[in-house]
Amino acid sequence: MPKLKYDLASSHAGTATLVHLAKREARKEKLLTFFIYSFMILSSLPLVLGYGWLILNSFTDKMVYGVVPQGFTIKNFRFLWELPSRYYPDLWRTTWNTFLLALGMTAIMILVATPTAYVISRMKFPARGFLLAMTLILHSFPGVTLLISLYYVLRTLNLLNSLVGVFLVKAGLMLPLGIWIMKGFFDGVPWDVEMSGLVDGATRMQTLIKIVLPQVKPGIAAMAIFSFINGWSEYIYVITFIQTKESWTLSSYVNSIIGDFQFIDYGLLSATALFYIAPVLLFFIFTQKYLMAVTVSGSKGG
Amino acid sequence: MTKKRGHFMIFLLLAPALLITLTFYLVPGILTGAMSFTNMDHRLTWNFVGFSNYVAMFKDTILSRVFWNTILYVFGTLLLFNVTFGLLIALATSYIAERHGEKPSLFFRALWLLPRFTPPIVYGVIWLWILDPTRNGLLNGVLNWFGQKPVSWISEFPMAVIVLTNGVIGASFGMILFYSAITSISREYNWAAAVDGAGWLHRIRYVTLPLIRWPLLFVTAYQTLSLLTSYEYILILTGGGPFYKTTVWSLYAYNEAFGGYYASYRFGYATALTLGLVIVSIIASVIYWRVFRFREMMSEPKIEVI
Repeated sequence: MPKLKYDLASSHAGTATLVHLAKREARKEKLLTFFIYSFMILSSLPLVLGYGWLILNSFTDKMVYGVVPQGFTIKNFRFLWELPSRYYPDLWRTTWNTFLLALGMTAIMILVATPTAYVISRMKFPARGFLLAMTLILHSFPGVTLLISLYYVLRTLNLLNSLVGVFLVKAGLMLPLGIWIMKGFFDGVPWDVEMSGLVDGATRMQTLIKIVLPQVKPGIAAMAIFSFINGWSEYIYVITFIQTKESWTLSSYVNSIIGDFQFIDYGLLSATALFYIAPVLLFFIFTQKYLMAVTVSGSKGG
Repeated sequence: MTKKRGHFMIFLLLAPALLITLTFYLVPGILTGAMSFTNMDHRLTWNFVGFSNYVAMFKDTILSRVFWNTILYVFGTLLLFNVTFGLLIALATSYIAERHGEKPSLFFRALWLLPRFTPPIVYGVIWLWILDPTRNGLLNGVLNWFGQKPVSWISEFPMAVIVLTNGVIGASFGMILFYSAITSISREYNWAAAVDGAGWLHRIRYVTLPLIRWPLLFVTAYQTLSLLTSYEYILILTGGGPFYKTTVWSLYAYNEAFGGYYASYRFGYATALTLGLVIVSIIASVIYWRVFRFREMMSEPKIEVI
């Protein structure tokens, strides 16, 4: 701890000095605030410019000096009604696939993770400790290790190139995390609440549905949002396990646009990317507080 | 309800999760082990070759290069962004929240969280534009403003690019944990320090940092493991190139199996590589466990994550 800088009690200078000191402190404080805001604004600038560009560039013909938009147009969005080139699948079908993948992920996470988490959190049975440990160990097992053998499994089950395959794989890999998060929410429900239901003559199942589940609604909502965005955004499994164009998602679509149009048509590139991210942005604006809570339990690497 | 029926109900509730985990986690896990002893390729035939994949790993000159890339990438990103920059944002936003309320602080934190929830390929598009080698990109557009020649950022500074792009995503993890740790520090400590004449920097050094020691260590250890296995953004931005300059271990395994243009499908060797990576991860966790003395944290939790 630094030593006292100004020993006011023994100071004989009086009020003048005090006022002077207070002014000096205020100045220092202002400088610090200025410095902190400058730091935050400067370091956030690339992010703001990046996402801003995505929007501006999609609606403009040309950007001067990379950042200044000129003229308004919607021609970059022509991919909504015509194919960028004849090798591309129908955009709406691709979007529908992406939506199905996201929805499937959400459904599995809620329908499978919730009961499992409840059982692990609240019920006594022989293998409980083992299951709990298993969930943790699996969660720390990296996805890249399993990617290759999953390819084998999917090909054996004839699920390669199908959305079902991808979402089962994704759900399988996310399940331990989901169970772990949901278990945390169930742990937070007081035993007394559940006990009172049992005393009133309800069965365990009835208490779960009527009393406990409403208590963990925020948890379920957070999980649902998280899995939806996660499924919607999926890149690596889609690229690796799906080649046929009928099963493409928007990830494969934008990936292909990068390959075909990167230096030719940035307008098209940013417009498709914006189309892809738009639902996520909407979700994000309204639910970032939930998402912050789920993030720390660890999603992707980086 | 009899005990037997109770167990049956429990089993029923667990069955879907068990089935999925078994098929898409445990079986692949065992398969991975088995496959690493074969020379399997895209035909998926089981042809056991003993330890030859593991022997090949030690002779692989590319792998030794990949290993150093991995070290540089993991610790570069970790030290510059995931810990340091995450901490700086957390400190700055907690300062802003204290003086000017929750709203401006939340704005900055949400902004930094956004990349994590952006579809990876869209995030890639944004960076491809920022780093574009022609004058159409952001950086070169600005250089052009000053009359400078465009620079091909990605091929000239590949390692810096992947550290930066992963760091911008990674920073939010530390930011959230540090922010909640900092704001949960009881205010009396800071007031006491202020009365003693400590300025903002001194309060950070002598009050805040010692009190968020565990989150700091936790983020360091946890994010090391995450970074070791993250390659998605590298795959999108550089694909591991130019000439293996940005190929990290996990990406090397991925490319050996599904590698872009030359599609090698060397499943046997690639699985051996991923198991090698698992061993590296385990060693890293043991070291962290020892050095950071996490056992102390287990007995006395200082912060609640979820």
